[in-house]
Amino acid sequence: MTTEPAVRPLVSLKNVNKHFGALHVLQNINLDVSKGEVVVIIGPSGSGKSTLCRAINRLETIDDGEILIDGKRLPSEGKELAALRADVGMVFQSFNLFAHKTILENVTLGPIKVKNMRPADAKELATNLLTRVGVATQAEKLPAQLSGGQQQRVAIARALAMKPKVILFDEPTSALDPEMINEVLDVMVELAAEGMTMVVVTHEMGFARKAANRVVFMADGEIVEQDTPEQFFTNPRSLRAQEFLSKILK
Amino acid sequence: MVRRLARPHHRPARKWQRSVDTLLNNLDIFTTGFKNTAILFVVSAVFALILGTIVGGMRVSPVPVMRAMGTVYVNIVRNTPLTLIFFFFVFGYPKLGLAELSYPVLAIIALTLYTATYVAETLRAGINTVPLGQAEAARAIGLPFMQSLSLVILPQAFRAVMPPMISVFIALLKNTTVAAGFSVAEAGAIRANLSERGEPAIVVLLWVAFVFVVLVALLSAIQHHFEKKWQVTR
Ligand SMILES: Nc1ncnc2c1ncn2[C@@H]1O[C@H](COP(=O)(O)OP(=O)(O)OP(=O)(O)O)[C@@H](O)[C@H]1O
Ligand SMILES: [Mg+2]
Repeated sequence: MTTEPAVRPLVSLKNVNKHFGALHVLQNINLDVSKGEVVVIIGPSGSGKSTLCRAINRLETIDDGEILIDGKRLPSEGKELAALRADVGMVFQSFNLFAHKTILENVTLGPIKVKNMRPADAKELATNLLTRVGVATQAEKLPAQLSGGQQQRVAIARALAMKPKVILFDEPTSALDPEMINEVLDVMVELAAEGMTMVVVTHEMGFARKAANRVVFMADGEIVEQDTPEQFFTNPRSLRAQEFLSKILK
Repeated sequence: MVRRLARPHHRPARKWQRSVDTLLNNLDIFTTGFKNTAILFVVSAVFALILGTIVGGMRVSPVPVMRAMGTVYVNIVRNTPLTLIFFFFVFGYPKLGLAELSYPVLAIIALTLYTATYVAETLRAGINTVPLGQAEAARAIGLPFMQSLSLVILPQAFRAVMPPMISVFIALLKNTTVAAGFSVAEAGAIRANLSERGEPAIVVLLWVAFVFVVLVALLSAIQHHFEKKWQVTR
């Protein structure tokens, strides 16, 4: 037995495998994310980035291997899993704000129902978070009345309201019109600077260079290489990463 | 009676007066009839909504046995004409030697079982219109399955199905008249009762139809209201 490392990783994937039928979509994935770290996952379409991201809060189940959050193994179902999910925020490509609830209710729902917070306290918390992401004036509107960029910032506030240990982002800006991308990235850069632990699937190199500690490159279900953003973007080692970068840099 | 209809302009004022008399002189039978219709409708509607929601939930359940039970029930009952279901309960059920039930109760059971299948299917269609991302977002903030369903999925499903659901209940309202054929003194039975008192059948029928049209129009207005109100949300 080896001794425990002094600081255990906040998120740890060990020999994780997953198949979709015949497709081996996650192949022996090993990945540790430490507290306060910002990890960007990048790679061609269909390489398994979303699947990896969603496996971390068990929106996708895995075939074998294990996933630990803050040292605890992901429970398979039920109340324990729900409790653990409350610690792992998630921001989706398509926002997924609760369509029938106001912006404010979107943010207060989790704190009230999952954390049993008093509605007045939840409202105060939500108002502060909405102010922080710059959409406080929209609090009484329904999601459909907001722009994509505004909705995604609300989604970030909704995740933050649970005071999560880590937030997962799955291509948070790829459904946005170009002029709205930066308003969302700015919020994310700020979060990173404040020390939030983040796993971000994105092709926004500007964000990776500005905020990421590490870039993980995936292809065909495998982690092919990982490095600092500077090293990865200027000096990719694997052929597949070189090919991929030459395509997206064009 | 045919001859009377053939001369519609003969003293129209008198005729109108006579029609109103038919209504007013027999108000007791009219009100009893519609009171029974209202009871059949409301009680069956409430039970059908409850049963239908349960069956609709079974139809989308992750448990295969639940799904299968829901499917069998819906397919058998929905494909059987309502009159046959009434036949079964009014003539068949008493022969089974179970607890004796009055005709109105049997009528409510028949209407409930029949209408619940439509409620279930309408609701299932509604649940399918709620994007998967809504359930995923609910789970991602830590809501357990039942709360995801009750706080996020069902409220949206109910909104999506409100207009077709009201159509289901309009059909139920009309279907209550089938009970008349099975000795329940609801509105559909008013004509038979009044014919015994010697009232002209056509006038009575027109009055009954008129009240039904008003009731259905009322439900349609509610339907329209919800359609407008919830357009923004979807
Ligand atoms: N529910 C599913 N059932 C079957 N196959 C799936 C399912 N979800 C994803 N896949 C397949 O798994 C592979 C990896 O999908 P994934 O969404 O993880 O890729 P990705 O790297 O996120 O791609 P993109 O950049 O396009 O988002 C793809 O080939 C995809 O078609
Ligand atoms: Mg993806």
